[in-house]
Amino acid sequence: MIEVRNASKSYGETLVVDDVSITLPAGGVISLIGANGAGKSTLLSMISRLLPVPAGTVTVEGMDVTTTPGDVLARHLSILRQDNQMTARLTVRDLIAFGRYPHSKGRLTVEDQGHIERVIRYLELEAVAHRFLDELSGGQRQRAFIAMVLCQDTDYVLLDEPLNNLDVKHAVAMMKLFRRTADEFRKTIILVLHDINFASCYSDRIVAMRNGRIAHQGPPEDIITPCVIRDVYGVEANIHEIDGKRVALYFR
Amino acid sequence: MPPDRRSLPPAVLIAGLGGLAAASIVLFLTVGAKGSWSFILTFRGTKVAAMVLVGYAIAMSTVLFQTITNNRILTPSIMGFDALYRLIQTVLVFQLGSAAVAGFDPRLRFGIEVAAMVAFSWLLYRWLFSGSLRGLHLLMLVGIVFGVLFRSLSGFLQRVIDPNEFLVVQDRLFASFNRVDAQLLAVSALVVLAVSVVVWRKAGVLDVLALGRDAAINLGVDHRREVMQMLVTVSILVAVSTALVGPVTFFGLLVANLAYLLVDTHRHRLILPVAALVAILVLMSGQLVLERLLGFNGALSIVIEFLGGIVFLIILVRRAAR
Ligand SMILES: Nc1ncnc2c1ncn2[C@@H]1O[C@H](COP(=O)(O)OP(=O)(O)OP(=O)(O)O)[C@@H](O)[C@H]1O
Ligand SMILES: [Mg+2]
Repeated sequence: MIEVRNASKSYGETLVVDDVSITLPAGGVISLIGANGAGKSTLLSMISRLLPVPAGTVTVEGMDVTTTPGDVLARHLSILRQDNQMTARLTVRDLIAFGRYPHSKGRLTVEDQGHIERVIRYLELEAVAHRFLDELSGGQRQRAFIAMVLCQDTDYVLLDEPLNNLDVKHAVAMMKLFRRTADEFRKTIILVLHDINFASCYSDRIVAMRNGRIAHQGPPEDIITPCVIRDVYGVEANIHEIDGKRVALYFR
Repeated sequence: MPPDRRSLPPAVLIAGLGGLAAASIVLFLTVGAKGSWSFILTFRGTKVAAMVLVGYAIAMSTVLFQTITNNRILTPSIMGFDALYRLIQTVLVFQLGSAAVAGFDPRLRFGIEVAAMVAFSWLLYRWLFSGSLRGLHLLMLVGIVFGVLFRSLSGFLQRVIDPNEFLVVQDRLFASFNRVDAQLLAVSALVVLAVSVVVWRKAGVLDVLALGRDAAINLGVDHRREVMQMLVTVSILVAVSTALVGPVTFFGLLVANLAYLLVDTHRHRLILPVAALVAILVLMSGQLVLERLLGFNGALSIVIEFLGGIVFLIILVRRAAR
């Protein structure tokens, strides 16, 4: 369980995370949605100790993220940021192997190798595993970074816009993989998504942010409604139910 | 399975570079030797030892600095080290006169110079480095500002100083391997060795730090502590090599980037030795050509700075083209 209590963060005068309290239960896929600048990335960075928590507390499985040693936390929680650049010259396999660092501190065991090969297979990276990161397409690189985080094999996986740059096929495959990881291995996957239909079809819960606050939260049927979407994004949407899943049409 | 790397296998590369470096050392010791061997070997041996030590220290400090800043066009000199060294030299001559400075116990002066440079950078780090990326950038910015300040102060003092004294200062400000004291060499070698042991044991952490702050924190590395420790390591290395032979600015940039080109890997256990060997090779062969073939003496630093500057420009232009 991740518990956020009265967390706030401001840049200068503007509060970008405004007294947020939320409990994210263990297990399942949770999607975080909201307009650009709503504070999603900031909240995720605070939960994952990439940013300090100036006010309030964040605990993961009861561990306070600001005081728990980083290497302990790294075996329970992993984070992928929205944009990732790297100056080091790495191959895809090297990058993915770094995911094992919290467990083996750079000395890869046979078990680590197993994890690495499995993740490469799951993310269909076999063909590019030996290539350098700067020789990949945007989507291939994105999948390599996701692979590193999944290779870390933590109970909580936080991903900021993981579908960036992915084509339709790979986006669907990725969401299915997250679903399967959550169901089979009892992981908690927390995603920032801009495609509300992906959020609707694959999440157990959706959390919607607006102006630094949690505006709505609940199962997809409660969130994917014209009223909530208007409130969160300021657009009119028609909601259709297809094969038991809610789909929002907002293209006109 | 397709081959993982396109460059030479690491063992071959290290052996090749090591062989070349050793050959350049032997050549340097023997070419054009006339007269007593014991004298020549002692005289040239000291010089070789100085070049090996300085090359090694500069290569290592530059690679470390570029790793923690995630930037391959920076050198530690951006933090104002050589400017501080200039200032110390100028103030010493200005206050005490060149005769007194020349009469100083070299060990004492060496100790003071190293202590001043390390203390200055350590204070700067403590004061400014909060752990965020912005902290690191702020640190570098303030380092640059201090550099400018030190430079203008020394410039000012050099203008008001006696012209003869000015020449003495000027001479000290060009890196030279000709006036190295054997005792200082031994002390420096010990310091550099101790630092190397620490760095070698941290090689895995360095690999992670090279991924950038956020990735490093995600993987459980205490980014702030490790970066701080590496900054201090870098300042010790730079201080020792600067106090030994004088400031060498672009040399580190040259050898670090050559090493990255040669090894094509992120592993510091490979990058660091290759960079050190390249540094030794470049220094030795450069000095060999200049001294033995062309008959110049002591001009190596100028040539190296020139080459380093060109490499720097090439890197910048290639980046802009990408
Ligand atoms: N370093 C910073 N300095 C100042 N303001 C910042 C900084 N980082 C973020 N902000 C501001 O904080 C607010 C929240 O940013 P955040 O990145 O959390 O938004 P987001 O919900 O992730 O948006 P997006 O969907 O565009 O990724 C924005 O208004 C942004 O301009
Ligand atoms: Mg964001």
